[in-house]
Amino acid sequence: MQVNMTVNGQEVSEEIEPRHLLVHFIRDQLGLTGTHWGCDTSNCGTCVVLIDGEPVKSCSTLAAMAGGHQITTVEGLEVDGELDPVQEGFMNCHGLQCGFCTPGMMLTARALLNKNPDPSEAVIREAISGQICRCTGYSTIVRSIHWAANKETKVSLGSAS
Amino acid sequence: MQVPAPFEYERATSVEHAIALRERLGEEARFVAGGHSLLPMMKLRLANPEYLIDINDLSELFYISEDANEVRIGAMTRHRDLLDSELLAQHFPIFRDAEKVIADPVVRNRGTLGGSLCQADPSEDLSAVCAALDAACVIKSTSGERVVSMADFHVGPYETAVGDAEMLTEIRIPLRPNSGSAYEKVERRAGDWAIVSSGAAVWMDGDVIANGRVGLAAVGPNTTSIETVSAALSGAAPSEELYQTVGDIAAANCSPQTDQRGTAAYKRHLAMELTRRSLRRAVARATGQEA
Repeated sequence: MQVNMTVNGQEVSEEIEPRHLLVHFIRDQLGLTGTHWGCDTSNCGTCVVLIDGEPVKSCSTLAAMAGGHQITTVEGLEVDGELDPVQEGFMNCHGLQCGFCTPGMMLTARALLNKNPDPSEAVIREAISGQICRCTGYSTIVRSIHWAANKETKVSLGSAS
Repeated sequence: MQVPAPFEYERATSVEHAIALRERLGEEARFVAGGHSLLPMMKLRLANPEYLIDINDLSELFYISEDANEVRIGAMTRHRDLLDSELLAQHFPIFRDAEKVIADPVVRNRGTLGGSLCQADPSEDLSAVCAALDAACVIKSTSGERVVSMADFHVGPYETAVGDAEMLTEIRIPLRPNSGSAYEKVERRAGDWAIVSSGAAVWMDGDVIANGRVGLAAVGPNTTSIETVSAALSGAAPSEELYQTVGDIAAANCSPQTDQRGTAAYKRHLAMELTRRSLRRAVARATGQEA
């Protein structure tokens, strides 16, 4: 079957098998290997992508179901060579060790900050509670998301004055 | 790599279209809503439908509305919206209690009320919530619609009253004055299936309980409410003794099995204790002592 969707702002039209999962479609067919494939049971959250701005586990979503929707993967965070503040935060606050959970963590963080620009630590921890970091680097992940929130709040205050 | 067996995919554009597809494709077809239970089952070949009918475009099934007598929830309403709904939190706080401990926020972005009830997993939380609230399920087909109670809806593990050419479209919950409800769950780790959970709903007549219901999850094949609980609550004054009596009834009327989540004896103890707690909190909410 044919599926059409927007991935990181670009229209894609591909021939797929209906049983093709979104995570494999993104990695194998589109070659966007930033999205990681982990537990395959919607527990670990490393496969998270944004569908119409909402974080979704792509191992438990069919590529066919994503047809007609806007998909954002970790490759879509950077714009014109400039890192998203969330990516900067993960860099500056050591938000990753092995890096396996990082794409899902950053996309969930991006979706959170779009809704809530100034989240408390509890809110951040709740937002990423569907994602597992086996390096157990949660403290630095939370710190990274805080860093991004602070940077964005400052920028928006700066532009308002 | 775990991938489902081959199937054909159809996307429904309206409730009528979805039902017509089911009628045409028969028992080999399944609806897919959030897909976070069905797709993992298909990967493991525990489910092997020949056709999947995607109902995520049916925007007419995403709603929570209220009239004088009941709250109506569209079957495609997602966990996230059930959790965030102020209307539900005001009338049925049991929903927010339960939704906070169902899976995780990302899964809650996809999973739906109708999908949860149709999955009919004996450990599933919303079936217990709806049983406690005395909810009714609206099932549509080409010949019209029928409304069934939760007791009739839930036929057995993974089995519901929804026929091959039918579709669950709405859940109706009666509004009762001076009511309160609460949900208590014990799980091995955050977001897991319940070891046991108990939901309670009561409505007051002055100082006494007019009536109430308890729904249990993960303690046997069925999650429907227990008749003798309602009999014990009807006309009773709230007290610790009453909560204990009802807790004991709940423990006596369930059939837990020993598995990796715990022994049958431990689960029976939880059924008693969690019923005491959910009932105590439901009464506190009904009488304005707790939000």
